[in-house]
Amino acid sequence: MECVFGMVGNGFSLVVADSSAVHSILVHKSNEDKIMILDSHKLMGASGEAGDRAQFTEYVQKNVALYQFRNGIPLTTAATANFTRGELATALRKNPYMVNIILAGYDKETGPSLYYIDYIATLHKVDKAAFGYGSYFSLAMMDRHYRKDMTVEEAVDLADKCIMEIRSRLVVAPPNFVIKIVDKEGAKEYAWRESVKDAPVSNI
Amino acid sequence: MMKIDFSGLEPRAPLRGESSELFDGISNSPSFHLPNTANFDGFQKEAIQMVKPAKGTTTLAFIFKGGVMVAADSRASMGGYISSQSVKKIIEINPYMLGTMAGGAADCQFWHRNLGIKCRLHELANKRRISVTGASKLLANILYSYRGMGLSVGTMIAGWDEKGPGLYYVDSEGGRLKGNRFSVGSGSPYAYGVLDNGHHNTRSFVYGLCILKCKRLHSRDQMHLPVGHTRFQCLLKERKLCSAPKETTELCVLSLILIFLPMLFHSRYRYDLSVEEAAELARRAIYHATFRDGASGGVASVYHVGPNGWKKLSGDDVGELHYHYYPVEVAAVEQEMTEVPVA
Repeated sequence: MECVFGMVGNGFSLVVADSSAVHSILVHKSNEDKIMILDSHKLMGASGEAGDRAQFTEYVQKNVALYQFRNGIPLTTAATANFTRGELATALRKNPYMVNIILAGYDKETGPSLYYIDYIATLHKVDKAAFGYGSYFSLAMMDRHYRKDMTVEEAVDLADKCIMEIRSRLVVAPPNFVIKIVDKEGAKEYAWRESVKDAPVSNI
Repeated sequence: MMKIDFSGLEPRAPLRGESSELFDGISNSPSFHLPNTANFDGFQKEAIQMVKPAKGTTTLAFIFKGGVMVAADSRASMGGYISSQSVKKIIEINPYMLGTMAGGAADCQFWHRNLGIKCRLHELANKRRISVTGASKLLANILYSYRGMGLSVGTMIAGWDEKGPGLYYVDSEGGRLKGNRFSVGSGSPYAYGVLDNGHHNTRSFVYGLCILKCKRLHSRDQMHLPVGHTRFQCLLKERKLCSAPKETTELCVLSLILIFLPMLFHSRYRYDLSVEEAAELARRAIYHATFRDGASGGVASVYHVGPNGWKKLSGDDVGELHYHYYPVEVAAVEQEMTEVPVA
């Protein structure tokens, strides 16, 4: 089942998400990227209903881009988090919606930050966050081993610990994960942790 | 002669769905029986679901070297009743794009035709064919806007555009996935089983054995293995270098297995399948799904989408396919019936 988590380190934020697209007992895809790169310095890891997740993250991405086009300056991570929360809360009054979001970003003034937005539009600024069944394991792991001054290597090591714990303790553990990092250089895909590979196809 | 109309006194519809001859005979006012149930809404929902055809289905599509292979069965069922054995579940959107049908037949047919219209309009407006990515997103956005309103669609959009072959899975929950291998419908687990073939594991198991062996030899003889060699090459190297007779024979057996394995499991999903191999794999996957899944059956039709558009390759009755794959063997007679001797 879905696992998304993230943490803030020394000068960077890290987001990890599983990459399984599941329908009842079937795994339709095991290399689905659930962490959207919102703009040059923002990452949005999301879990929830497949349609809602894809539509909502894309909606936010396009609106963040629109803001930048109109005003010439990008939204700060805090502004993006509050915008996302607002949009989710508004959408929630119209029809049921199911997306949990971990928003990570890096701003020149405030440095790295991580925001927790759940499906009922609760917003928290946190150091570490997790959603889904994997959260029970990754939260415990992060509570025990997390430090504010972690380097990228240490944080990735902790993320790997979380992934290993999920893989070994969770019945419905997803096989593959993607790790993305945002720091002053920008948002980028850091690595994949794959235990099942899809047959290679040139154009995917 | 006039008759007094008492129908106004009768209840519009019997409160309970009991039928009595007396009652039916007297009442001429139009009425219908209510279902004998406490949960009317639930019953109605169930009834609608039961009447919705094409619930049980097997459809599949995969990308390979030569394009996209698309296959489906042809059975439509309404609950336990088989309403048709000759449904076209592969919908031809335009000469370069196919859609598959799983879920509600009407929903799929209607929205695919609608998609076809939108694709044609795009073509007229932009003087070029729409991409598979674009077409699948058109459909996904429509389905997403109707989500939770009872649409039932599970479809794959397969086609060839400027970027080459394309394959997307789109469903009525608003999901849209890009991939290289999908199967949709009640028979899909069986179809996946054939497509994936479980062969991967068998071979990696044997490879694993070889590697273990190599490692053991390696540590014992302190031999240096060149980096970048395939496992099999390493194995052959090992064989030449190794002098111990026991290991050599063991390795010989292992390498023999390695050589023959691909022949034993020739039909499994690979990217570099030929069109014929891919068609056979698709047909076989549909056949096996129809064999196990009661709601799938009829004809296994196979389409291929290449650079010059789609082409229907075959449509085989799965019953005939069964005897093609598994010919009747004359069973050994276990017990001969003999004439009873007359006492």
